[in-house]
Amino acid sequence: MTVDGKVMQRLTEYPFLVVTWVDDAGYPVSEATTFQTDGDAPRLRLSAPGLAIPTDREVSVTGSHIRPQPGVGYDERRYLCVWGRASAVEDGGVTFTGEHAWGWDEAEMPFFEYSERSVPQSRRYLEKLSEERGSPVKPRLALPWLILRTTRLPFLTATLVPVLLGLAIAARHGPFDWLAAVLTILGASFAHLAINVTNDIFDTLSGADAANVNPTQFSGGSRVLHYGLLSLRELSTWAAILYAGAIAIGLVLLAIRPSLELLAIGVAGVLIGLAYTAPPLKLVYRGLGEIAVAVGFGPVMLLGAYVAQTGRLAWEPVVASLPVAILIALILYVNEIPDRRGDAAAGKRTLVVRLSQAAVERLYLGAALVAFALVVVGVGVGLMPWPTLLALLAIPLVFQVYRGIDQHYNSPYTLMAVMGTNVKLHLYTGLLLFAGYLVALGLTLLR
Amino acid sequence: MGWLPAPVEELLNVALVGELTVVRPDGRAITHPLIPLYDGERILMHSSTLFSRKLEHIKANPHVAVSLSDDVAMKGNLDRATIQGTARIIEDDPHEQWERLILDLWRRKEPAIDQFLKARVALPLFFERAVIAITPERCLYWPGGNTAREPQISSAPTKAAA
Repeated sequence: MTVDGKVMQRLTEYPFLVVTWVDDAGYPVSEATTFQTDGDAPRLRLSAPGLAIPTDREVSVTGSHIRPQPGVGYDERRYLCVWGRASAVEDGGVTFTGEHAWGWDEAEMPFFEYSERSVPQSRRYLEKLSEERGSPVKPRLALPWLILRTTRLPFLTATLVPVLLGLAIAARHGPFDWLAAVLTILGASFAHLAINVTNDIFDTLSGADAANVNPTQFSGGSRVLHYGLLSLRELSTWAAILYAGAIAIGLVLLAIRPSLELLAIGVAGVLIGLAYTAPPLKLVYRGLGEIAVAVGFGPVMLLGAYVAQTGRLAWEPVVASLPVAILIALILYVNEIPDRRGDAAAGKRTLVVRLSQAAVERLYLGAALVAFALVVVGVGVGLMPWPTLLALLAIPLVFQVYRGIDQHYNSPYTLMAVMGTNVKLHLYTGLLLFAGYLVALGLTLLR
Repeated sequence: MGWLPAPVEELLNVALVGELTVVRPDGRAITHPLIPLYDGERILMHSSTLFSRKLEHIKANPHVAVSLSDDVAMKGNLDRATIQGTARIIEDDPHEQWERLILDLWRRKEPAIDQFLKARVALPLFFERAVIAITPERCLYWPGGNTAREPQISSAPTKAAA
């Protein structure tokens, strides 16, 4: 950055400065000194130090600050380094005139964002190191962590909730096949993880990962390609293995329960998952990501699990899937808030990119309340059993998330806790619906 | 063992931050605040590959200086010192070699690092690191931190003999 009065003013906020230059032997040399300001001019008057500050070469002046945290380390990191020229004044001191500056203040740029912005430097460095050695030097993660990160395993709750609900509804409607149930859970999970991996491939290739400098544990994808933890070929192999697992399990399920409906639901689920980021549809880039996710992790998953047990379609699983569908779409919706600048830069026109903050908040609250209203309506019209009203116990989380979005909209890292609560909203609501169906099943058996 | 004056070794042992200055290819000195560690002979600093420009500069020109000047970062110790030396980058395996070389020394000053390490999956590139091993050659020491006075200067025995 260029130096003006403001930069020099910021330098004067440090209690002392370290002056540095390169000595005649070619080594840097530094000494601390005090200073006086010179109005708004980009100049400082440095006190006469024990080592004479040279006036025949460039010098730099650095301010650095931390706040020690005993037994932990430190925080409040910031520093500012200004290069310029020193000129002698009568009392033995010097006047320093700044020309260029460089620095970092974690209050202005959080450490995680600073790190993300530096990823290209890391990749360049490791590539150069690989060239020097003649063998690849790559960043690594232990295999369990790599699997966790690459597949985004914790997001499997998005699959487990609708599948368990579909199985519970099916159990009320007829005989229960445990083998088919286990295969349904496994097949749906493999398909979900395969889609996660595929979406990461397309997001990296589109430039969305590189453009997003505020990823969080809930947003921004796995970034394994962007970080160089896996190559495109390796990640494609992971995707192929997961798809192969999903297809193999799907074929076994179809052998157990021959059903055109089940086949159609399975194919539709995979196609929706792929169309989410893959060309030509790239649904998430067109503001249709939420709808795709709602359909895929709502009716498709829930109805698929139901049909895998019963072999037929029904309205109850469709109605029961709607609250879950809305809440899973809202996970994506809230997770897009910190990604919105990177998404916009990559041409990913998500709903959050398209809407104002106020509209984003209103839409969240409205949609979440509609999800719970649908449970009441489902019970009211007799399509869902009354114990599923248990799901309403999760409503306070809606307001917690709504308030959190409003407070932390522009702070990706403090928004993380809100995103976590939003994930819980979907999970707890789904589990309460599931519990409601189990109670209803128990009551049916008791009769 | 090392030759640095005992008060300077004490500064190195307590300092949470020191200023490492390296020389860029264009001759400009550039300063990076880093946590200094001391093994009784060498000053050990370290850098993630994320912030690796300083490593490139050191490879091109190993002449460096470490300044210890902030009493807040040195548990109230007012002494100040600048140590000039030659740095070597140790990065045979950026993934884990640094752990063997410096993790014990690092956690003594920054115990929270163990929590960060447990969450390595969240920030994998931060823990791809190189160690900067600095052999001190010349030391400028200001007792009481009074840099208005000339520093006490000492040099490495071999360098002095040469």
